[in-house]
Amino acid sequence: MVWTGLTALLSHWRMRPVQLAMLLLGLSLATALWSAVQAINGEARASYDRAAAILGQDRLAQLVREDGARIDQQVFVRLRRAGWLVSPVIEGEMRFGDVRLRVLGIDPLTLPPQAQQVDIAAGDQLLPFITAPGVLYAAPETAARLTEQATPPVRVAEGLPPGTVLTDIGQAQVLLGAKDKISRLLLWPDQPIGRAPLKLIAPGLTLREPSETGDLARLTDSFHLNLTAFGFLAFAVGLFIVHSAIGLAFEQRRPVFRTLRALGLPARVLVLLLIAELLIFALLAGLVGVALGYIVASALLPDVAATLRGLYGADVPGTLSIRPAVWAAGLAIAVIGTLVAAAQSLWRLWHLPLLAAAQPRAWARASERALRAQGVAAMVLLLTAAGIAQFGSGLEAGFALLAALLLGAALALPLVLTGILHLGGRLARGPLAEWFWADTRQQLPGLSFALMALLLALAANVGVSTMVSSFRLTFIGWLDQRLSSELYVTARTEAEATAIHDWLAQRSDAVLPIWSIEGRVAGQPAAIYGVADHATYRDNWPILSAVPEVWDRIATGEGALINEQLARRQGLGLGDQITLPGGWRASIVGVYADYGNPIGQVIIGIDTLVQHYPDVSRLRYAIRIAPGKAEALARGLRAEFGLPAQNVIDQAGIKVFSLKVFERTFNVTAALNVLTLGVAGLAMFASLMTLSGMRLPQLAPVWAMGLTRRHLAWLELSRGLLLAALTMLAAVPVGIALAFVLLAVVNVEAFGWRLPMHLFPGDWARLAALALLAAGLAAAVPAWRLARLSPSDLLKVFAHER
Amino acid sequence: MSVRALLIYMCLAAPAFGQGFAGLGTEADGFSVPQPGTAFNFPADHGPHPGYRIEWWYLTANLQAADGTDYGVQWTLFRSALAPVERSGWSSPQLWMGHAGLTTQAHQFVAERLARGGIGQAGVTAAPFAAWIDNWQMAGRALPEADALSALDLRAAGQAFSYELALDAKGPLVPQGVQGYSVKSEKGQASYYYSQPFYHVIGTLTLPAGAIAVSGQAWLDHEWSSQPLAEDQTGWDWFSLHFDSGEKMMGFRLRGGGAGFTSATWIGADGRPQPQAPGALRVTPLETAAVAGRSVPIRWRVQLPEKGVDVTTRALNPEAWMDTRFPYWEGPIRFEGTHAGRGYLEMTGYE
Repeated sequence: MVWTGLTALLSHWRMRPVQLAMLLLGLSLATALWSAVQAINGEARASYDRAAAILGQDRLAQLVREDGARIDQQVFVRLRRAGWLVSPVIEGEMRFGDVRLRVLGIDPLTLPPQAQQVDIAAGDQLLPFITAPGVLYAAPETAARLTEQATPPVRVAEGLPPGTVLTDIGQAQVLLGAKDKISRLLLWPDQPIGRAPLKLIAPGLTLREPSETGDLARLTDSFHLNLTAFGFLAFAVGLFIVHSAIGLAFEQRRPVFRTLRALGLPARVLVLLLIAELLIFALLAGLVGVALGYIVASALLPDVAATLRGLYGADVPGTLSIRPAVWAAGLAIAVIGTLVAAAQSLWRLWHLPLLAAAQPRAWARASERALRAQGVAAMVLLLTAAGIAQFGSGLEAGFALLAALLLGAALALPLVLTGILHLGGRLARGPLAEWFWADTRQQLPGLSFALMALLLALAANVGVSTMVSSFRLTFIGWLDQRLSSELYVTARTEAEATAIHDWLAQRSDAVLPIWSIEGRVAGQPAAIYGVADHATYRDNWPILSAVPEVWDRIATGEGALINEQLARRQGLGLGDQITLPGGWRASIVGVYADYGNPIGQVIIGIDTLVQHYPDVSRLRYAIRIAPGKAEALARGLRAEFGLPAQNVIDQAGIKVFSLKVFERTFNVTAALNVLTLGVAGLAMFASLMTLSGMRLPQLAPVWAMGLTRRHLAWLELSRGLLLAALTMLAAVPVGIALAFVLLAVVNVEAFGWRLPMHLFPGDWARLAALALLAAGLAAAVPAWRLARLSPSDLLKVFAHER
Repeated sequence: MSVRALLIYMCLAAPAFGQGFAGLGTEADGFSVPQPGTAFNFPADHGPHPGYRIEWWYLTANLQAADGTDYGVQWTLFRSALAPVERSGWSSPQLWMGHAGLTTQAHQFVAERLARGGIGQAGVTAAPFAAWIDNWQMAGRALPEADALSALDLRAAGQAFSYELALDAKGPLVPQGVQGYSVKSEKGQASYYYSQPFYHVIGTLTLPAGAIAVSGQAWLDHEWSSQPLAEDQTGWDWFSLHFDSGEKMMGFRLRGGGAGFTSATWIGADGRPQPQAPGALRVTPLETAAVAGRSVPIRWRVQLPEKGVDVTTRALNPEAWMDTRFPYWEGPIRFEGTHAGRGYLEMTGYE
């Protein structure tokens, strides 16, 4: 009986393979997008964890200089000889050919066990490790990138972050040109008794507590939350498809259910059978989805990795490793999603009156009752969104606001459309037009989930593209202001820097130092720059707010400028005091825009910088010269000092690079956007296809009254287009609201900058055309089938006993 | 006492460093090898010999508090060369390891340190004498005309203990073996080896319970070599005995290959050494105890018939376990029988 029941239930899908395909496709796509985003995030997070855990930094306290500068090696020896168990580390960036790497130098003998990254001296490798030319340990991917370059011998070590090589401290000092210097000291957790006080032995060093997450994980958090939100949106859109497909299938199978029950199959067994059926589908689609997700993630990961590197300096591998947990979670979410999407239908089936007739119209009327409940839910959600916008704060609140707004708008859509269709019906003249409006309204419940999915996808598209375009416009303007010097040069040594400065003095209009130190301001990593008192800054710097005569006050060393993100994160404003590395304080005289930079930045006068941080590295200069002479000067500069090409960059070069970083940042967003739109289009298609089969009883009487099949097909097509157009119209205001939330709430929380919003109606027109095309295609197939329908099929409607 | 060479090899070969260094066999690849008939050249020979693979300055002290409670202190600096040269800076192939131990009746305190040569974190200088690793040091304060090792200040600290001791030698340096050429096996492995067993010690031990003033006697060994042990030798038992009569005795047994290889030096109260023939010393374990999951002898019968010695030793703390990278037993002992006194016992290779 059970077996017969199951085969009877499954036979439905044999009859309607397209519907089955749609169900499976929707579920697979939803799972695919969700797992892809999770896989990307998982990959990135794993590499942050590796970076945070490198040399045990997540578990070991460290001693660092307050201004972030390097420490004399003798300080290490002094500390050891005073009883402190510390181990020196030197860290720096360098280039092997065209591969840029972070070099980490360690002392394997004093390294705390918690910091043991690779088994340095496995076998007899200690001697080659500590003596020239040394050995570089690198992750397999990094090692592969180094095969073409001239480097010391490279050995592969799993577990190192990408883009990082580990070597002996002595070799690292040579490679980085930092003889007898170290970057920081790792502190053993257990220290012996009777140590001399730290202040006495190593004044100027501060203790930094171990950090589990690391700065990278914190900085990139917002980026990943963004991705997750998109993944979730895509999944939600997919579930709408699943829900409508399952709902329709249940509705179509009411006679079967009734017959099975009448034959004596208990309701419990029937429900269990249906759940089993759904589980089979969910697992099948989940597996396909997870596999698809892997492909999507692999395709997107290089862009994500490039973005994270450009924007945050975070090294994430460009290839995906298989993480069983991520994929198991993808499968689980497919199953859970299916069950959630089917819950309503199962509930109804449980309460199915044995003798109730299977009338689509009855279903539609029941849906009207549901519509009212849906309207209430939409109102509540939209009010919640308004409440969060008013009183909420933080990134989570921003996303909660987005979720409430989108879901509320989606739930309100059928209500709004019903209203419009009523209005249309009232304005309609003639029986055909009235029938058209009424019939469209009648179809709405069956299509509403697909339309809601379409609304979500369209609104997300409008919102995100408005945000990205606004950002691009502002960013380009800002780049012009910020990069006002014609050339930028980086010397290799301080002596060369002095020589370059002198050489340039007679050949250019101005040579402006770009010197900076890194340290912590208000507990977060920040860069402190010194600027010369020059018109370059006075005329161009993208100041957002400032006190009068701000540049005079910077020049006299009275004040400091801070970037917008620092101001917002710490709640700092004009006139506030900040404590800078080394413990001195400055008053804030201005705030400037600093897009694309995740960390805080402070600008002070160049003299003030040198006075407080005499060890600042003095290698970079900006050069002002008439734009026409810039190229010749760059050539001369390279020739005179034998500088590598990348050490002399012109303004255009930096702009191109910055824009590239910018574009890549939003590549992923754009890709997800398109995919989401695709899923929504599929939802439309699936719904129209399934509906078309059920609609014959409604169309047959109209046909019998003399309307041609051709005419009917055209009407069907226009109905699809009309609904899509109305949905697109509704999506525009929702999208603008979304863009506003992204720009004014999420971006401010995530990146620390607020951008003005610009509207791009041209983009909307393009999107509308795309949406209509998708809807037209989705409606065309059922319409075409209708036009070809054999009259006998239509006649059967009357013969068939209903 | 070049048997301790095995210790340093095995220590440095322990997990933190992987599986040991190159050429640990019979070949000395490029390293110097001790030759018989070479006279010591002091004070230069108090300092390091980078051309030899291994070297150590090894001090053990039997101490008593005012109330008569016994304590033992160990201070050791090992040098291990990856290559027979010295270079300045991080590229120095000379590695240093320090062991400090403090034994009470109930507790064994242990600490260990590692360092690279060339940067100043650890090293040894001959005159004025100084041996150090981190803040542990053995610093000479001898008058210019006296031997550089005749007066030392010693200190070390671990997580829960520290000590500071002043040592003054009341006798001369004692070459071991034949004029300082100490043979370690029948196959002829040997080391350069001399001792200063005549220190009087005063100082302070700091324990979790507080500081304790102590006094007593100490024994310093300085030994260096390049190929210290025969391949079939698996461990050793080493004794340094201070007889109440003022005489001293150093003796060891290298286990493996049958009865093992024993060697001893009798040291008169005036410091004159009388090297004993191989096999003249007999040592017999009488009682074992479970220490750190191994069975380790803690009572021994030590016989040197030539000098009428037949004594039984007893450990102050049977659990004097040095829980370092390569663990071993090292602690103070008392002995009675034909002679009485205090001393130190080291045992390695018990599994």
